[in-house]
Amino acid sequence: MSVAARAAALGAAFLVVVGVGIFVAVYYVGAATTQLPIVHYSASGGQVSVVLQEDPQNNTATTPDWVSYYTQDPVSKQWLHTTLFSVPENTKVNVTIYGYDGCTPLRNNYFSQVQGTMGGTVTVSQFDQHGKEYVTNDTTSVINSWSDCNVGHTFAIPAMGIFVPVASPNAQLSANNLCSSSPCTPSGNPYAVETFSFMSPSHTGTWRWQCLVPCGGGYIDGNSGPMQTLGWMMGEMDVVAS
Amino acid sequence: MAIETQPERAEPTGRGPEVEAKRPWWLRPGAHTGLIGAVIGYFLGHWLGNFLGGDYARSSLSDANDVAIVLGYLFAVLGWLAGLGVFNDLFGLMLGRPLPEEARLIGKEEPGLGKYFRYTLDHKVVGIQYLYGMIAYFLTGGLFAMAIRSELLSPSYHLMGPEQYLMVVGEHGTMMMMMMSSVILGPFGQYFGPLLIGSKKVAFPRLEALGFWLTPAAYVILLSAVLFGGFPTGWTGYEPLATQAQTGEDAYFFAFGLMGISMILAGFNMIVTIINYRAPGMRWSRLPMFVWSMFTVSFLQVLAVPVLVGACYMGLTDRTFQTSFFSNQLGGSSFLYEDLFWFFGHPEVYILALPGFGVISEVVSVFCRKPLFGYKVAAAGMLGVGILSFFVWQHHLFDSGINPDMRPLFMLTTELISIPTGFIFLVGMGTFWKAKIRFSIPMLFALAFYFNFLIGGISGVFLSDVPADTTEHGSFFVMAHFHYTIMGGLIFAFMAGIYYWLPKMTGYKLNEKLGRIHFWTMFIFFNTTFLPLFALGMMGMPRRVFEYARNLETLNDWVSISAFCLGGSILIFLINFVWSLLFWRERETGNPWRARSLEWQLSTPPPPENFKRVPVILSSPYDYGVKNALPVADLNPPPGVIGSAYEPTGAVEA
Amino acid sequence: MSSTETSAAAGAPRTEPRHGWRMFWIWFVLSLPSVLIIWFVWKPHLPPGDMSSSAQHQQFDIAVLAATAAPVIIGVVLYFIYAVVVWRAKADDDSDGEPIYGNTKVQATWIIGTSAIVLWLAVFGTIELVGPAGAGAGEGPSPIWTLAGKQSATWTPGSDDILEVQVIGQQWVWTYRYPQFGGMESTELMLPEGMPVAFHVTSLDVIHSFWAYQLGVKADANPGVDNVAFTTPKAMGSFTVRCNELCGIWHGAMYNYGQVVSPTAFQTWASGVQAKEQADGVLAALPPFALTYDPTVIPQLGKNIVTVDGITGAAGYYYGPGNPVTP
Repeated sequence: MSVAARAAALGAAFLVVVGVGIFVAVYYVGAATTQLPIVHYSASGGQVSVVLQEDPQNNTATTPDWVSYYTQDPVSKQWLHTTLFSVPENTKVNVTIYGYDGCTPLRNNYFSQVQGTMGGTVTVSQFDQHGKEYVTNDTTSVINSWSDCNVGHTFAIPAMGIFVPVASPNAQLSANNLCSSSPCTPSGNPYAVETFSFMSPSHTGTWRWQCLVPCGGGYIDGNSGPMQTLGWMMGEMDVVAS
Repeated sequence: MAIETQPERAEPTGRGPEVEAKRPWWLRPGAHTGLIGAVIGYFLGHWLGNFLGGDYARSSLSDANDVAIVLGYLFAVLGWLAGLGVFNDLFGLMLGRPLPEEARLIGKEEPGLGKYFRYTLDHKVVGIQYLYGMIAYFLTGGLFAMAIRSELLSPSYHLMGPEQYLMVVGEHGTMMMMMMSSVILGPFGQYFGPLLIGSKKVAFPRLEALGFWLTPAAYVILLSAVLFGGFPTGWTGYEPLATQAQTGEDAYFFAFGLMGISMILAGFNMIVTIINYRAPGMRWSRLPMFVWSMFTVSFLQVLAVPVLVGACYMGLTDRTFQTSFFSNQLGGSSFLYEDLFWFFGHPEVYILALPGFGVISEVVSVFCRKPLFGYKVAAAGMLGVGILSFFVWQHHLFDSGINPDMRPLFMLTTELISIPTGFIFLVGMGTFWKAKIRFSIPMLFALAFYFNFLIGGISGVFLSDVPADTTEHGSFFVMAHFHYTIMGGLIFAFMAGIYYWLPKMTGYKLNEKLGRIHFWTMFIFFNTTFLPLFALGMMGMPRRVFEYARNLETLNDWVSISAFCLGGSILIFLINFVWSLLFWRERETGNPWRARSLEWQLSTPPPPENFKRVPVILSSPYDYGVKNALPVADLNPPPGVIGSAYEPTGAVEA
Repeated sequence: MSSTETSAAAGAPRTEPRHGWRMFWIWFVLSLPSVLIIWFVWKPHLPPGDMSSSAQHQQFDIAVLAATAAPVIIGVVLYFIYAVVVWRAKADDDSDGEPIYGNTKVQATWIIGTSAIVLWLAVFGTIELVGPAGAGAGEGPSPIWTLAGKQSATWTPGSDDILEVQVIGQQWVWTYRYPQFGGMESTELMLPEGMPVAFHVTSLDVIHSFWAYQLGVKADANPGVDNVAFTTPKAMGSFTVRCNELCGIWHGAMYNYGQVVSPTAFQTWASGVQAKEQADGVLAALPPFALTYDPTVIPQLGKNIVTVDGITGAAGYYYGPGNPVTP
């Protein structure tokens, strides 16, 4: 081949390789973190309110039986399928979690104990599918997942020492009436509402948070799937300058 | 009808009559038909997997059917091989057709580039195929390394999510450790093995070519893990995390097993070739040291790699059919995987290191223009390392809860293995004594090899000591150790081999100036990148983490910048390689290094049949400086005479 | 390193310089100060520090290794530099070097020398492993080299009781249980200074590895296996605990900080946590202390817990209900 032909072939091969590389990098490597929306909470009166819910099923076609957290956008009140949110630094964060998923005994029942919240407690209310409140504003420091079936998941920010068991509908409701399409709404579904507060750190950064209960599939596979995927059962809390 | 014997065999010379006109290139089997076969096979296998076990989700949490994916890979590989024409000879024989003529064996059937994209049985063609393949795999792994170092620039700001980072780490490690195990054996071993022993071909050319063509399949399957979110276990694939992992892990196990099969075939072929195909006069005491290293490594491959293939297979069945080989709670053991893997894993690192020793021994002898000092010691060193490598694997498991009284035993065997490794240094240093040293580029890489491997080897002694290992295990100290031995050892030896042998293989010179720039940048940046990692590890930074202590940030930044510069130096090499072969094209003829070994006595590039007549070896290739030394071989012995017309003189042999 | 020379004749007008002796003296002059610097200047600062008995022994061990390795490295590097400077071929010199095929004396010296160094290191390493009760490395469920001290159901400061700490690794958090304090569990690791500690490291799911850097302790956490490591903290302060075995995506974020405090402060803390957990009812909710964590043995185990062939996961199944159930 002549020099020009060789140069052209080399150039073409180079462009193909670079193109494939960029495609892989952008589309696959950057995929998960860049495609998830981050919900920004801004302070009002020195506090922010973070609202989350965890659902037993979801509407994703490929993984319908993955449980998932949803985050509520503070402005539009819409439930977004993401677990990334941001709060300002050095602010009181009031967290409300709606627990729609059924109860599961914790693998390590130590995490029945509330840690790291203000006062060391959470306040729980539980409702059945008709809207009847059968537990009202119970402030407690332990929700024992083995004695009564009352814990669905946990919410933990390990680097801050925050470990909170998330209450769930009781055993009988969990077996029969759970929400079947997500994002769940209070009408027609049993759920638990839990509130607690903590102070956000005084410097910026990203803190991971996760659930500490392996999903129904046992302790090996139970930590797979949604437990290892951002946007499902684990997420990141960004602390930004206020 | 009786099966015909082949009429061509009756004639002593020449090819048989042309049977048919040549079909156009796209109708004959090659890589393009292989690709078609692979795609068809993948869809067939995937469908079959869904048909057999469609509702067979390994757990309700996995969204993809592992059985379908594994069967898809399996049928894709079979389709790839079938499309390449690997099975044609086999089926032809079963159907009673005669085997094709010698032409395919010696790559003479097409003069152009087409033979490099086909299932060609000429070992020289396979060597060149390996060369390009290995360079491609190395560059891919290197790109992943650049991604890792970009992420490690900051402990708090993250470029990638945690899943992506682990995916990149796993891809880099597996690409390097899995694919690069044949980086010297493939290009140089397959190409020069027969040439160095005076043989016209290898014992099993079909197995050898098959061994090569499995590597692109393994490469693609490994990269396809990216499409499935990668695998979170790193290159070691520890269970039970590997059972928990999502579908990318299937790609890891399958690709590793496939590459293992390739290594077994290549090793098997090389052992038989070296034992049986040596030319008359090529005694074991005249065998070039590179061939000794190939011989030892081939035994390691044949004996250790099947254990890996077994471990990968069991990992796959654990993931698909819910066997519990590696689940503690169901009667299996996670220790079983660790032991199986490292029983392979330790000989694997010697599979990586020993060919480097071989190449460097060749290079120093030529460029010191002296015989190799202590030939028997060198051969004993190779064999000693090979044998002892089977007895040390528990040193990867010192802290893992193994039986405590095994620890002093394995500490002893691991320390002992540094004795035969030291022989290589003895031989090198002895060859330098009172030599006439020429600083060609291969020699520069050889010197760098000695320096790097010294640091790598001594740090290995630190790791073999159990109390010291308590701090160093699983930290960046280990990372520095194996990068020094494998990259500083093997890859530098590979570069030495390229600059030494590429003119012979292709007939073109490599640019000298670019080569020197490449050497100096690579050596300097390699050391600035990996030397600080010893300190990082000792200061408490574990492997495979993306968050590290803030006070280590400066050192990590230094390492990352150096790593980018190191990548730049590899780019210089790539530019040299491509430009010299494609545009500059300075012809190389004859024997530029004035080497005595047999491959340099042939034309450059060697003739298709290697030797017109089987040569008779007269003396050792290391007889530099000997007055009235015999030439290394008689390339035109009188026909039918086993001995030669020359009388041996009193030349002393080691 | 000495060598015989094959070319210098006795009465030759210009004798070859004694390269061997030259190299030896240069090496000696470089090695001796480096060994002294390593031993006297660097040793106190070597990782992993001296905060515990195992760390101190490891520091000593690394210093000995470094002091042995430095002359070897200096020797080899020096040799190559010397050779490259002295024996480089001149630009117009095309001749070959001397055909030296080997030298039995040199080879024998080398083999004996390297064997001696290596055996010395192996013996020394074994002593350093056995002496300080396993050198902080995890010894598996049946440790051989243990700390002197009493195994006791309770722990009192100032006695020779060994403090038992169970380290539980799970994806992706460390927790710690103290059986001598009622089996209370905590996410904080506090240790008493100057008293022997036995870590029982285990895991709930995949393989992790407990690495307390400043304490010089590293032990893999395997599911269903108890891995024992010993140390005695010698100084108060904080130390880092990291996971050292890839355990999934947050492996890099699986770390916390521990504290070594005085024995009385430790007892106050531990008893306080025990009391709080007792009052809260958490202590009763935890499974009885066992060397490998098995959450199926709980007094309040209700009929809700599903087992398959006697095995339970978090919610009962090892594999989900859609699978062929019996493995």
